[in-house]
Formats: sequence, C-alpha cells, structure tokens
Amino acid sequence: MAGQSSTGTSATRRLGILVILMLAALALCGLWFSAEDVVQGSTVRIMYIHVPSIWTAYIAFGLTALCSGVYLSGKNRSLAWDRVAGAAGEIGVLFVAVSLVTGSMWGRLTWGTYWVWDARLTSTAFLFITYVGYLAVRQLGGTHRQRARRSSVLALLAILEIPLVHFSVTLWRSLHQEASVANPNAKVELDGLMLFSLFLGLVAFTMLFVWLVLHRQRVMMLEDAFSDRGLDVAITARRNEAGV
Amino acid sequence: MSNASSKRRIAVAVARKDLTIEWNSRILVNQVAPFAAIVMVLFAFALDNDGILQRVAPGLVWLATLFSMLVVIQRSFTVESADGALDALRVAGVDMGAIFVGKAVALMVQLFVLELMLVATAVVLYGVEMTMVGFCEAIVTLVVATVGLASVGTLYGGLAAGARGRETLLPLLLLPAVAPVLIGATRATEAAFGSGGTTVSEGWPWIGLLLVFAVLFCAVGTVAFGPLVDE
Repeated sequence: MAGQSSTGTSATRRLGILVILMLAALALCGLWFSAEDVVQGSTVRIMYIHVPSIWTAYIAFGLTALCSGVYLSGKNRSLAWDRVAGAAGEIGVLFVAVSLVTGSMWGRLTWGTYWVWDARLTSTAFLFITYVGYLAVRQLGGTHRQRARRSSVLALLAILEIPLVHFSVTLWRSLHQEASVANPNAKVELDGLMLFSLFLGLVAFTMLFVWLVLHRQRVMMLEDAFSDRGLDVAITARRNEAGV
Repeated sequence: MSNASSKRRIAVAVARKDLTIEWNSRILVNQVAPFAAIVMVLFAFALDNDGILQRVAPGLVWLATLFSMLVVIQRSFTVESADGALDALRVAGVDMGAIFVGKAVALMVQLFVLELMLVATAVVLYGVEMTMVGFCEAIVTLVVATVGLASVGTLYGGLAAGARGRETLLPLLLLPAVAPVLIGATRATEAAFGSGGTTVSEGWPWIGLLLVFAVLFCAVGTVAFGPLVDE
C-alpha cells in the first residue's frame, strides 16, 4: 500500500457515485413519488429504509461468518479474510442499529409504542449486542493473527448462538408482523411504485454496503501496516541502542 | 496411556485444583453466596409485593444466578492469569480441550451449590411452594441449565481472561449468549414451582431446550476453547 494516499480506486469512486445516485432516487421515490399506504399513511415510507437496513445487516453478518470460516479453514490464512470479516461486522452493526431505530419509529406510529417484547425485535436486539461484543473482541489487542483467530472463532460462535436465541425467544412469545412481500402465501397487494421503491432500497443499500466494506477493509489494511511499521521502527531503535 | 485417558486425567486434575482452591479460600461461601442472597433481598425491596414475588420468583433465581456466575467465572480465570498458570499449561503442551472440561466441571459444581441455595432462599423469602414432582423437575432443571451455563461461561471466561477491561467484556459476551438458558430455565422452574398456574408437565419441553444448549456448547467449547484463549 506504500505510496497510496487514499483507500479509493477509480472503480470504487464510480461505485460511490452510483450509490449516491441510487440513494437520491430512493429518497425521491420513497418520500415523493410513491403513494401513501391505505392503512398506514405516510408511515409506510419508513419501510423503504427499515427493510433494506436489516437485509444489509443479514448480508453483512453472513459475510462475516463466511470470511471467518474461510480464514480458519484456509491453509495460508490470509489476513485479508479477517479484515473483510471485521469490516462487514462493523457495517452490519451500523445497519442493525439503523433498523432498530427506524423500526422503533414505525412501531410508535403504528403500534403506539417504541418497543414491544416480540420475538423478532428481541432477537434483533440480541443480534446487535452479540456483534457489538464481536467488535469489542477485535479491539482486544495482540498480534493481527491473534485478533484474526479469536474473532473468527467468535464469529462462528455467534452464528451458532443466533438461531438458538431466535428459537428460544420465538417460543417465549411472538407478535411481529410476518414477512409480507417475501411470503408466497400472503395476499399482499403493493402499488407498483411502492414495490419498486422497496426493491430500489434493497439494491441501493446492498451497493452501499459493498462500497463501505471495500473502503473499510482497506483502512484496516493501512492500520495493520501502520502498526507493523511502528513495531519495526521500535525494534530497529532498540537494536541501535544495544549496538546490535 | 491412551489419549482419551490422558485428557480425562488432565480434566480431573484441573477440576480438583479449582475446587481445592475454592475449598481453601471459601470465596463462594463467604462472598459470592452472600452477594446472591442480597440480590434476592434487593429484588424483594424493588418489587415490594408478595404476590408478584411468588409469580416472578423463578426468573429472579436465575437472574441472581447469572449475576453471581459472572463473579465466579472472573474469579476462576483470575487465578489462572494472575501467575501465568494458563500460559504455563499451554507451554507444557497440555490439551486445551481437557483444561476446558476441567474448569467447566469445577464451575458446574460451584454454580449448582449456589443455585440450590438460591432456590432455598426463594422458598423461604418469597413463599414458594413445591410438590415432590416439582422438586424433582427443579433439580433436573438446575443440573441441565448448569451444564450449559458452565460451558458457555468457561468458553467466554477464557477469552476475556487475558484481556484489558475483562470485567466489562465478559458480561457483554456472556449475557446475550446465555439468554436461551435464562428463558428455558425460568420457564422450567416456573412449572416446577407452579407459578402463575403452570403445571409440572409444561416444564419438560423447556428442559429439552436446555439440554440442546448444554450438549451443543459442551461440544463446541472443547474444540473452540484452545483457539479462543491462545495468546
């Protein structure tokens, strides 16, 4: 990475511009062009952010688990896998937070309360806390390899925990709106532009996620290189002191 | 000597060592048990209603267990990290899976004693009543839940042992992971206590959930403990 002054390339810059345009189009479609819902009114517009956020978070945590698994199973164990896992984990936490906040806003307007102890909400809160823990473990220090191994194992443990937590919380209680659009048995009729806005949101947020991961993992690579260089400088200084 | 026999001997030695340290120091009896008891008393102050206390007694027993468990786990790994004992074992080539089993067994024994005391406290302070069948179900719940709690606790306790800010990291990692045990154990104990009109038979499916959790994390802990604590 020596000599590179930014984490962007011409390809990521083009991707970034495309993401900005798509988000602008989403804002126009979601807030302006699409119709109000018959029952929910303008409240439905929150869904154009809420659903893509949680969708992106699931992709992010899936990618974290996949890269962690590849890192642990690979023979050469490239740290690039660990950095992508870490970047996806960070961005996943961000999108779960967005999803929880927008979901609370929607809940206040629709259900009359910011929070209900429903299975899906509670599981999502646990998902958020579990990955905050994952990020905390990434900050524990030690060598890059130690960080990679610890966090990879933890990411796989998290994947094991999540279904258990979800299952137990579902048994505990359930009230959340079932999946509507993705459910083949549900008779939900969405206006064409509403459906378009929703899918535009999914695509735009997914591309935003890719753009963020590309940059974040490059920043992580630079951070690792910087700390390695700092170590090299320290070792050289001590050797010079000792006259070795 | 076979590999399995060697691992068993290591696990027994580690468990015996931890329990001997506990027996000599009496930390569980002198500090953790009074802490758990005061938590139960504070719950009574906060809720201030006999009917509500009887209804929520199972949840309070398990919450007090979780809070106390954090103290016991940190104590268990402070002993290891203070003198670099875990590093010494690792350098000596001792199997990490066997160390996990040994420490988990020692933790199970301590937690089980603590939980028995908490159930007795609930009977005395909260006026909980149990039938003989309910008592048997409560004991099964305690055993199965304790295996799960001790497995996860040992796994994350080992990870947090050598870390900066371990006092805060351990609850952050551990409490979300043990949520299924809290839910399952509370529901099973409700059935055993007969809280809120539940019957004993309603508790067995929750014990099934606890059993799945315990088996899963026993197996995973044996494999994952080494990579997680390896410094």
